[in-house]
Amino acid sequence: MSVMVARKKVVRKWEKLPGRNTFCCDGRIMMARQKGIFYLTLFLILGTCALFFAFECRYLAVQLSPAIPVFAAVLFLFAMATLLRTSFSDPGVIPRALPDEAAFIEMEIEATNGTVPQGQRPPPRIKNFQINNQIVKLKYCYTCKIFRPPRASHCSICDNCVERFDHHCPWVGNCVGKRNYRYFYLFILSLSLLTIYIFTFNIVYVALKSLKIGFLNTLKETPGSLTVLTVLEVLICFFTLWSVVGLTGFHTFLVALNQTTNEDIKGSWTGKNRVQNPYSHGNIVKNCCEVLCGPLPPSVLDRRGILQQEESTAQEGSCSRGPGTQEPLATQGPGQAQEAHSVLSLQVPAPSVSNTEMPEEKQRTPGELPVPSLDAGRAEH
Amino acid sequence: LCPQVHSLQELRRSASLATKVFVQRDYSDGTTCQFQTKFPPELESRIERQLFEETVKTLNGFYAEAEKIGGSSYLEGCLACATAYFIFLCMETHYEKVLKKISKYIQDQNEKIYAPRGLLLTDPLERGWHISPMILSRAQIEISIYEDRCSSGSSSSGSSSSSSGGGGGG
Repeated sequence: MSVMVARKKVVRKWEKLPGRNTFCCDGRIMMARQKGIFYLTLFLILGTCALFFAFECRYLAVQLSPAIPVFAAVLFLFAMATLLRTSFSDPGVIPRALPDEAAFIEMEIEATNGTVPQGQRPPPRIKNFQINNQIVKLKYCYTCKIFRPPRASHCSICDNCVERFDHHCPWVGNCVGKRNYRYFYLFILSLSLLTIYIFTFNIVYVALKSLKIGFLNTLKETPGSLTVLTVLEVLICFFTLWSVVGLTGFHTFLVALNQTTNEDIKGSWTGKNRVQNPYSHGNIVKNCCEVLCGPLPPSVLDRRGILQQEESTAQEGSCSRGPGTQEPLATQGPGQAQEAHSVLSLQVPAPSVSNTEMPEEKQRTPGELPVPSLDAGRAEH
Repeated sequence: LCPQVHSLQELRRSASLATKVFVQRDYSDGTTCQFQTKFPPELESRIERQLFEETVKTLNGFYAEAEKIGGSSYLEGCLACATAYFIFLCMETHYEKVLKKISKYIQDQNEKIYAPRGLLLTDPLERGWHISPMILSRAQIEISIYEDRCSSGSSSSGSSSSSSGGGGGG
């Protein structure tokens, strides 16, 4: 028996979301767990631009035109805005199946395939669907316990199924999927333009100065540190150019054909034995418009919704289930209909955790229903 | 109106104790959000097929409207891009506007059609759009709410056991 001390605490849904994401600003920001390379990206962009604005721009604005730093600033702000938007937004994560749904799907699968004896891994569960007169197979995700919609894929780094999964980008610190692909594309596009711009004007800067006072004198006159900085900028821009511009070109190709990196790598639509891409409109302009300017569905994760639960300070007797405990929690959505016992299931080790146990547990603690729409209490055995 | 609202709350509160029927996605048109109009057999005795199909068809229509690719959505996309997407801090996207319409419609349908039959339709938005659960209440709850106007006469006398005490009185 454990002693329950009821204490109300406002917990938001993001705190209990499964998957390996990090959340900041109380759920407003969503990123992958490893953010080191993202910080490097930020550092490189901010550092190079800071150097450019501080040194070259002052000379060039006077000598050539003040429009130069202005345009650079616009590009820089646009690149930063799209980078942050890509990194911080929900890429289109599909929420995991709640126990009732998972049970329903399991039932359906067993009805079609028959039960598999314990210990044997069941064959991959695939359902066939027809899209535009072509058969597309839907795969069942064992982790999320759902049939993945077409074009969705499971990201092993973030441990989530993502709609229209493109790839997981460590430079951006997030998955690139349906909801943030356009921001990602605009980011690499604007970054390419910015890199070319800075690279060009660095060369122009050195050239101008050399014209005036000769190349060798330029190197002598400008203090050693300035030369080093300029050279550093040029080097960074040079290497960035080859990678980012190439990537932009590749993604332009993908956008024109309405494909994802994932599909391209797997060769889903190429080869004579495979079907044609059913999502392409056949027209480059139409494809571009759909991918970049099409409608944007909002996030379904509802990270900032409030989960109200009564916290107990006692040790759980049910800890034997391990970290993947199922907790009955009451959800209060923002004015929408919410189930009274919406259970967020974390990865449960044994797939045969009986959901039918839940109603009985609640009956055992009828006294724990203080307020009509709140019904909480940890599962006790 | 009051008894109906009360019943809707009752249904929601006891939703997990009830049977659930799932309306699945229809992927025949690609990745657009559409639901199958196939009539679930569990609802056979609860609601007329035509009403259910009409609900799903209307919902499908709403989702098609939200995901429509046309002049206005392009304009919105280009405008947003030009402002580096800062405009979404003050403006709602077309999709969000349609989603609001959808939730209002679902609320409306629940009050008028589904709750009186002891059913509850939940918004697919809550489940990530890949499924839309319809919740069948326990017959028990139907009786306790509709004591004074049980004209439906559904044969629910069997489940008179007091096992699910949580839902009824609160």
